[in-house]
Amino acid sequence: MSTWNPTSQEKKQAGREMFRKEYFWRNLVTVCGILIIALTLSIGVFLLYKGSGTFYKYGHTVWEFLFSSDWNPTDGPSQSGGAVGSAIYIWGSLITCGLALLIALPFSIAAALYMTEISPKAGTRLFQPATEIFLGIPSVVYGWVGLTVLVPFIRSIFHARMGGFSVLAAGIVLAVMIFPTITTISADAIRSVPDAYRKAAYGLGSTRWQVILHVVLPAALPGIMTGVILGLSRAFGEALAVAMVIGKTRAFPDSILSPTSNLTSAIAADMGNTAEGGEYNLALWTMALLLFLMSMLFIMLIHKVSGRKGKDHEA
Amino acid sequence: MWNKRLIAAFTSGLLAVSLAACGSSSLAAAAAAATAAADSATTAADAGAAGVSGSVTASGSSALLPLVKAAADAYMSVNADVSVTVNGGGSGTGLKQVADGSVDIGDSDVFAEEKLDADVAKTLTDHEVAVITMAPVTSKSLGVTNLTTQQLTDIFTAKITNWKEVGGPDKDIVLVTRPSSSGTRALFQKWALGGASEADNKALETDDSGTLMQTIKDNDGAIGYVALSYLVNNTDVQAVSIDGVAPTLENTYSGAYKVWGFEHMYTKGDGSAAAQGFIQYITGDAFSAKMEGMGYGVAAKMSSAAVSSHK
Repeated sequence: MSTWNPTSQEKKQAGREMFRKEYFWRNLVTVCGILIIALTLSIGVFLLYKGSGTFYKYGHTVWEFLFSSDWNPTDGPSQSGGAVGSAIYIWGSLITCGLALLIALPFSIAAALYMTEISPKAGTRLFQPATEIFLGIPSVVYGWVGLTVLVPFIRSIFHARMGGFSVLAAGIVLAVMIFPTITTISADAIRSVPDAYRKAAYGLGSTRWQVILHVVLPAALPGIMTGVILGLSRAFGEALAVAMVIGKTRAFPDSILSPTSNLTSAIAADMGNTAEGGEYNLALWTMALLLFLMSMLFIMLIHKVSGRKGKDHEA
Repeated sequence: MWNKRLIAAFTSGLLAVSLAACGSSSLAAAAAAATAAADSATTAADAGAAGVSGSVTASGSSALLPLVKAAADAYMSVNADVSVTVNGGGSGTGLKQVADGSVDIGDSDVFAEEKLDADVAKTLTDHEVAVITMAPVTSKSLGVTNLTTQQLTDIFTAKITNWKEVGGPDKDIVLVTRPSSSGTRALFQKWALGGASEADNKALETDDSGTLMQTIKDNDGAIGYVALSYLVNNTDVQAVSIDGVAPTLENTYSGAYKVWGFEHMYTKGDGSAAAQGFIQYITGDAFSAKMEGMGYGVAAKMSSAAVSSHK
């Protein structure tokens, strides 16, 4: 710097060059990053602000919201005194997701094993791309197929009382939706199990089944769990496809052939019609907050599970 | 240089999308769905264009939506200088958006006072643009064409659960309703069921009248209710008379058929010149034949007997 004596013009030029090369792009990228963080935070804060209104503005208890099934909020600008028990919706969300997982998990793990351990060639060339295409199908398509094929099928096979709209239909639709998520992530996890593990097990005289069951699956478990949690969070937040086949009857289901309702379809059905800031409206916001908190919980679980995975590999 | 501008444009676009998703309360709930973000971006862009003279935006009631859409197309073909953009979203959304100025016209099934604070509702001007008539519908195969108000009430409150109790075949009744916040439902409950609340714990709920029609058609023994506009050219379901009065526009005009309501278009104050022009067109004589053809009633044709019965 001391030997070079630039004119002010040159200085300006160099400064501009420096700005362009370094600061501008670096700052742009930083701003983008901060924007995303700010966006997530502001959605969280917004939901917290709106969703807590049920409790402080209308004086309902958290206990009532979570565990009462008496749902009759008032819908008007200055009315209050209704009931916001959302237990039916919460239970509906939980039971459909649980059923979906129960249906999807065996298929997902079997498919993941097939495309990694049994037939890796067909797996990577055919199976994996096919599963990934599954991921891209919009949920309305699943819902539509569920409504036109699955619901009539359940109606005619099981003679369901409410015309085929049922927990079973919702569970199957969700199972098909989360199957590709769990499968692809499980397959990745199984693939990343070091080959040395398998060779060691074979060297000790294990059969292929024993290698898979006792070595590969336990080693890939954290990855499979991540897939399960991601699948669950997709199922939990899915609104459209479930709403089309669940029947949205506001009652606890008697059996898996009974219709019920869930959080997302209740929000989707009523949000646009309710009075802004009214008891009904805020109760729906509280449901949205609950969904947000659930997905946060799922994400924290993933971090916990994948953290364990890292430690396992070090050991 | 150009790619710097491109990225700046992209960034601001991203910002607009995210802000729009935050700002619109009803859509923020569905923010998880990428489509919702895209929709709200469109809405925001439309709302932004409202300042330009000759453009009108409307949102709200889904029951009124088909009519407003048809009117918008017809109006734009006679008046090429005005562009009309119409969205659904529900009555609550329409009223909120017109009150805060995001749209020029808020379509609603109900009076603004029912959804907004009194002092906010006061700033809006009500235009009763059409009459909507609700009809109970059942599956064709049942052969039920008439029910008394009492029978209808008992059916929807689940006191009667089999069609044989009202003269039909021995079949379980499957109730199909609309969401409890729906304007269609509020209207039906008030005028057809005498205010009795429907048995939600025994009914299938459908988000829109199209799905409701499909559900009725697919399920023997199903009963629900839709606006007359869904029954134009319909052969799939059976419209049911109440106390011997058929759900038709003529019976609505004369006051013989009770289950109807005014559809409202609200403007903030008097509304923009373009919005006023559009509302005048939709209520005008030129459009009334088209309106009746779509199954909506013309507000001006309501007899005083009919109007006073709903006061």
